[in-house]
Amino acid sequence: MSGRGSIPAASLFGLLILWTVAATLTADPQVLPQPWALAGPFLRELQSGDLLYHLGATLLRVIWAFALAMGIGCALGLLMGRFEKIDRWLDPWLVVFLNLPALVLIVLCYLWIGLNETAAIIAVTLNKVPNVTTVIREGARAFDPNLDAMARVYRISAWTRLRHVLIPQLAPFITAAARGGLAVIWKIVLVVEFLGRSSGIGFQIHLYFQLFDVAMVLVYALSFIAVMLAVEWTFLQPWERRVRRWRVA
Amino acid sequence: MIRIDVTSKHYGESQVLGPIAFEIAKGETVAVLGPSGIGKSTLLRIVAGIDTRFEGTVQRPERMAIVFQEPTLLPWRSVIQNLTLVHPDLSRDAAREMLAKVGIGDKADLFPGQLSLGQQRRLALARAFAGNPDFLIMDEPFVSLDAATAQTMLDLTKTLIRDVGPATLFVTHARNEAEALSARILELRGNPATLGPHLISAKEKP
Repeated sequence: MSGRGSIPAASLFGLLILWTVAATLTADPQVLPQPWALAGPFLRELQSGDLLYHLGATLLRVIWAFALAMGIGCALGLLMGRFEKIDRWLDPWLVVFLNLPALVLIVLCYLWIGLNETAAIIAVTLNKVPNVTTVIREGARAFDPNLDAMARVYRISAWTRLRHVLIPQLAPFITAAARGGLAVIWKIVLVVEFLGRSSGIGFQIHLYFQLFDVAMVLVYALSFIAVMLAVEWTFLQPWERRVRRWRVA
Repeated sequence: MIRIDVTSKHYGESQVLGPIAFEIAKGETVAVLGPSGIGKSTLLRIVAGIDTRFEGTVQRPERMAIVFQEPTLLPWRSVIQNLTLVHPDLSRDAAREMLAKVGIGDKADLFPGQLSLGQQRRLALARAFAGNPDFLIMDEPFVSLDAATAQTMLDLTKTLIRDVGPATLFVTHARNEAEALSARILELRGNPATLGPHLISAKEKP
């Protein structure tokens, strides 16, 4: 085997073979259709515009929730890692929210705010903020005290210090939080849509679940997985390579 | 004028510094000598304003610079950015000139990790002098360098101090370094540490 892409490709091909074998053994397209049997429904949904409409709706919610959760989580994590007093006050809250089941938060948000877009996005954001905060706090605790001292003596402005001294030290933690964050967020978005929205992949899966249409459930789920993989390869990984440039140079 | 008047410094229960008072005149170089572990770095961190938990007062000017034992650079920013980010009013040309002065003029666009330790220390010196400081603080800046490199760094520091003319406080355990910079020598002794009778005063300096 040679080349960087060949092993993942072979591994994915293995999964496809496993699926084919399982579908052959099941011998019931109602339960598990063959992989190629999805092509027809996929093209039909694509041409009607339904697939793109629902993909877009879910993606928009993911982007909103991701941006909010990363923004709030980074700010909280930075404060809690830097200032012990704030950490002592907020840590119990963090533990409570970390252990609150996603479903409880979603249901409560819908009950209190209403069955609308705001509630959906707040529910997802609240589910993710504690994880981001925990990861970023670890990073903020590991700041190099010598660089702090240097910045202090040279009276480096707060903005420069944040941008060029602190955030570069946090970069590996931000990447880790973003990675884990994106994966968790889109799963929670689907649950939120399943429970109380009338658009999005989660809503479509709910619909076809009630019709017991396994093929359509798979078409929608796999399409969104493909979108998330594309985001990972076109945004996250290149960004990570960029911030790691100084390490490999 | 820099005026240091420390009455005491404790770490928990144990007192590390006793009363220590001295002044550094404009353009003067003062070396604090003493064996390792005596509290030299503690004193230096108080003077620099890094450590604010002590009894006493320190009067220091606005424009300060520091050189640590380690280069303490921003490894994720280029060599020249290590000067221009720390000194925002320094032009890129002036920064390049400063790099040339310390002998790493051709390294401006590399990352600090691509430099040797000796070159990283040169960059730390360039950063210290680039801001035309009124007060320069150095914490054993030549430690763990081989003899030849230490000598060139010492010469370089001497030249830069002469050109820029800051008041300099210099902590070391090597008397020859202090003498090479023709510094007024203060000795830190005892436990808690205080200043011993100084050996050479500013007026007696040849």
